[in-house]
Amino acid sequence: MKIVLNGAPRQVDARITVAALVREIGGGRSDGRGVAVAVDSAVVPRSAWEEVELAEGQSVEVVGAIQGG
Amino acid sequence: MTVEHTGLEIAGRRWASRLIVGTGGFRSLEVMEEAIAASGAEIVTVALRRVEASAPGSLVEMLDRAGLFLLPNTAGCYTAHDAVLTARMAREAYETDWVKLEVIGDDRTLFPDPVELLDAAETLVDEGFVVLPYTNDDPILARRLEEAGCAAVMPLGAPIGSGMGIRNPYNMSLIVEQAGVPVICDAGVGTASDAAIAMELGCDGVLMASAIARAQDPVKMAAAMRGAVESGRLAYEAGRIPRRLHARASTAMEGRAEFHTDVSLDA
Repeated sequence: MKIVLNGAPRQVDARITVAALVREIGGGRSDGRGVAVAVDSAVVPRSAWEEVELAEGQSVEVVGAIQGG
Repeated sequence: MTVEHTGLEIAGRRWASRLIVGTGGFRSLEVMEEAIAASGAEIVTVALRRVEASAPGSLVEMLDRAGLFLLPNTAGCYTAHDAVLTARMAREAYETDWVKLEVIGDDRTLFPDPVELLDAAETLVDEGFVVLPYTNDDPILARRLEEAGCAAVMPLGAPIGSGMGIRNPYNMSLIVEQAGVPVICDAGVGTASDAAIAMELGCDGVLMASAIARAQDPVKMAAAMRGAVESGRLAYEAGRIPRRLHARASTAMEGRAEFHTDVSLDA
């Protein structure tokens, strides 16, 4: 199915979980610290990453730590 | 007699250092690590970007290893809406309720947008965040942010990255005078004397990034800033002499020797 990941269209497995998507794109440490995910502008708590499945057409933002002032 | 250094307290947490360092702008992670160590800072700011532009693992690991308190910012947000969502993302990513709230008005000055800033601050306070807003050096806005429940106010000395110092020390003094929460001078510091001036005006702390990160020798400048912040604070607590137009001798006039005016100075 198709989702929008960080503003760009992306093909992913149907009903992929948030956790699987984060693993797929190599988002940071294995425990997920330093990474946050929002689906259609709602933040998904890390504790729910394994359960939450994505649906066709959803917009997903995956952000990670960077240096900043 | 030993001189006691008083620490910084924000929202019930105490730190020995009054210097907060931004992690942005360093040419490498190694220089950043060394400079932060030299600065003595215990709180550092960090940011969030889409993962393709970040390497979240190594940065967070390094800062965690150094025992630093990570303060995420909402840099790059122009609306309250974006700032609130970014703060919520930061709470997840960094596992903290603390946020350096930045809501920018335009990219030429990077001055805060006061209307959006106050709106975002109110929302985030309601959601349980410890909100540290980067604000204009406007005493009225600072008061409104404090009334909204912010844990500190962080007025700018000059535009971000400008190195122009404290452009309106009178406004900074007015903010300090009225504030019931800590005042952190955020942005504008270019060199050590600027940091000292901010502290002499009574600020509780100084936050800086570019002044250290973009100095020719960031590690040496970090050490300079550490000394400046400590010195400025001590001077503030010590209470400076008033400025006067005319001189005032520091050596007593009584007891001077008297000489005959008609004696030659030739040996």
